[in-house]
Amino acid sequence: MDFTPITEADRREPYVAPQTLRDRGWHRMKGNPLALWGMAIVIVMTLLAVIGPFLSPYTYADQSFSDANAWPSAAHWFGTDSLGRDLFVRVLYGARISLSIGLVASLINVFIGVIYGGIAALAGGRIDRIMMHVVDILYSIPMLLYVILLMVVFKPGLLNIYLALGIAYWLNMARVVRGQILSLKQQEYVMAARSCGTSTWQILRRHMIPNCVGPIIVTLTLSIPEAIFTEAFLSFIGLGVSAPMASWGVLASEGINSMRSFPFQLAFPALALCITMLGFMFLGDGLRDALDPQHQKEGSR
Amino acid sequence: MAIYLAKRLLGACIVLWAVITITFGLMHAIPGGPFTQEKKLPPAVMATVEARYHLDEPLWNQYVDYVRHAAVLDLGPSYKYPGKTVNDIIAETLPVSAELGLISLFLAIGAGVLAGMAAAWYKNTWVDYGMMIGATLGVSVPSFIFAAVLIQLFAFTWPVLPAALWKGPAYVILPALALAAQPTAFIMRLTRSSLVDALGQDYIRTARSRGIGPWSLLYRHALRNALLPVVSYIGPLAAALMTGSFIVETIFAIPGLGRHFVTSIYNRDYTVILGITIFYSFLIMMMNLLVDLIYPLLDPRITVDSRKEE
Repeated sequence: MDFTPITEADRREPYVAPQTLRDRGWHRMKGNPLALWGMAIVIVMTLLAVIGPFLSPYTYADQSFSDANAWPSAAHWFGTDSLGRDLFVRVLYGARISLSIGLVASLINVFIGVIYGGIAALAGGRIDRIMMHVVDILYSIPMLLYVILLMVVFKPGLLNIYLALGIAYWLNMARVVRGQILSLKQQEYVMAARSCGTSTWQILRRHMIPNCVGPIIVTLTLSIPEAIFTEAFLSFIGLGVSAPMASWGVLASEGINSMRSFPFQLAFPALALCITMLGFMFLGDGLRDALDPQHQKEGSR
Repeated sequence: MAIYLAKRLLGACIVLWAVITITFGLMHAIPGGPFTQEKKLPPAVMATVEARYHLDEPLWNQYVDYVRHAAVLDLGPSYKYPGKTVNDIIAETLPVSAELGLISLFLAIGAGVLAGMAAAWYKNTWVDYGMMIGATLGVSVPSFIFAAVLIQLFAFTWPVLPAALWKGPAYVILPALALAAQPTAFIMRLTRSSLVDALGQDYIRTARSRGIGPWSLLYRHALRNALLPVVSYIGPLAAALMTGSFIVETIFAIPGLGRHFVTSIYNRDYTVILGITIFYSFLIMMMNLLVDLIYPLLDPRITVDSRKEE
């Protein structure tokens, strides 16, 4: 990324709009330390989730009753749980599971939301009204209850959590995509393209889709922590992933039971969970300020 | 207004019917009946039990029966607590949850709005930063972890408050705090950003130039407009308090509806799960309707009928 030296003209105009969305976004992100911290946290956590478990001699299911409830030490950095499983490895594995839940569920949201919102906005008129009415109605009933119901019906397990969270929380994405496409439809350059006889498909490909990417990425980033949070909630009420696998939510709710005698069993998974939450929220807010010019006013917070 | 209300109520009825149908369908999609256990019941006993709950009838009859009963607010018997109906359970446990929920609601709105005001007024000072850090932490800590930490701190490390149960005013404090934490943080952020916006408006500058004092400026001029987003958050807030109560009531062993819901999930007590889900959906929908009706009273630019169109 190279920027031309500041000229007289630049001095008068405090902000030069770079050419592409990515340049512009990155330019704004660089001036936002919180967002950069968020990005760093997310990258580090992802790396740890991917390669972390290979760095330890233990696996997430290894039990050793002689070492049960050991405090943190050189052998077990985060101590062990009541079955003598190494907590460090379990937290790293938890990262894998929690992050994958956040990502997969959010990608399903994107998939459904983009298609639904896109169809509503492109069809317009009556179809749009009906489709958005359905979204409004679904909005007014608490989806978490239905996630719980789905998890009760389909036995708890990783795949079912992906699906349940994925099909429950696409409403926001649909609204964002619809709003974006509707406002794009009004833009002069889209009208110009249309009056030049550009085909609908070309307009979609050249104008609509690239301009929707920003808001979609922002909504995606902000929905990942939400999914991780919801999974933690489900784990707490006994509907999370099944043993011996463990997400951060499962680890933390196990930790609560032994909180008084072995507080570290709660502290480490809880810390991992909260730090990651913060990372995603900072990153998401930063991305929104950077990629979504419509939100500039809210960006003042 | 009346037409609008009728429309909304009719809409609510249709949604509720859809909710009932979906939940009923989901519950009956579970492989095996509600009385399938590891140890098989003798066929004769099984048949009696199923006949008692009309499970031997065709699914369609069961469905029609359920909808007909639900229409007159009868949510059927519990499978795990013989002799108790879902209505009994809701009647017993709802007052407790409602009390806790209302206290948390006022706590969240009061504390959230005050903190948001302080942060907006002292924008970009340490007050603001402190509040924002608090709010960010508030939304990034799951409520069950927050509740556990509260118990550890105020019931064990420094034993000033009871750790669990529901026996009097002192028992309310910790659960209410745990339940209100996240909504408070959210309301704070909401109030701050909309108040910052409002304070930047021209009419505020005019008022300031007319020599109106800071307190009256903030209170009588800016806050009025700034609180509108907070009002529209009350619907989601009610939903947040409801789901929060599942966790908080379970951790603090409070005999409320939320804990009962979680217990019935553990017990796989299907009619209770079904009934409470429908009941909660109804409650939240009514809350949303109420907010939509209140909104135009506060903001004359919006009329009830135009709200939907935006």
